[in-house]
Amino acid sequence: MLKLSETIYSALRTHGEETYPHECCGVLLGRSGDDVNTVEEAVRAGNTRTDSAHNRYHIAPQELVKIQRQGRERGLDIVGFYHSHPDHPAQWSQTDFAEAHWLGCSYVITAVATGVAQQTNSFLLTGTNEEDKSFQDETIQVEQLVTERC
Amino acid sequence: MKIFIPTPLRVYVDKQDAVQVNAQTVGEALSALTTQHPDLKKHLYSDEGKLRAFVNVYLNDDDVRYLPEKEATAVTDADSLSIIPSIAGGWD
Repeated sequence: MLKLSETIYSALRTHGEETYPHECCGVLLGRSGDDVNTVEEAVRAGNTRTDSAHNRYHIAPQELVKIQRQGRERGLDIVGFYHSHPDHPAQWSQTDFAEAHWLGCSYVITAVATGVAQQTNSFLLTGTNEEDKSFQDETIQVEQLVTERC
Repeated sequence: MKIFIPTPLRVYVDKQDAVQVNAQTVGEALSALTTQHPDLKKHLYSDEGKLRAFVNVYLNDDDVRYLPEKEATAVTDADSLSIIPSIAGGWD
């Protein structure tokens, strides 16, 4: 399961709308527990695939190093990533799978149709190595904001 | 020096987020890491002994592949190495 706040959920979907018709991408910082990745922060990243940004994304490793460092200073780990599929379903592709190497992490995909965010799905990369890895559908639990009443 | 381990590989280093090693070069540091934690080796290196293409190693903020002396680059205890698998994809 992937747990995240309504604010974060909304932010990563909005990111996909802002970059449309290009793919957006970012990193999910949080904590890994038994069968659950809890997101505390979604960090926007640049898509270096400017040659084909409508159907490809890539996060510069140097940016990942910096984001990982920022997280570490706050006691957070990289627990997942997100990106958008402009005018395509929120399902992982063969490219997504071939390029997925963070076992145990959540890969969140938002379909963006004509600039408007549609379905958002999460897939957990399971397995122990490159040879036996697989994507599994993962439930997204969006925590609603609770406001106190006087 | 400290070597920071990404979340997927921590299971092979007793769930630590960083491993301390004594080394004079980047290569020595990586060798010390895989000597201390042999199960890590196949996840970092191919059968031919080369660093896997999707595994990035950064010395502080620099990609080791692009340093003039690459893995022979000298390090001190104040430096840190980060192992970062790549992240990419796309809809087709």
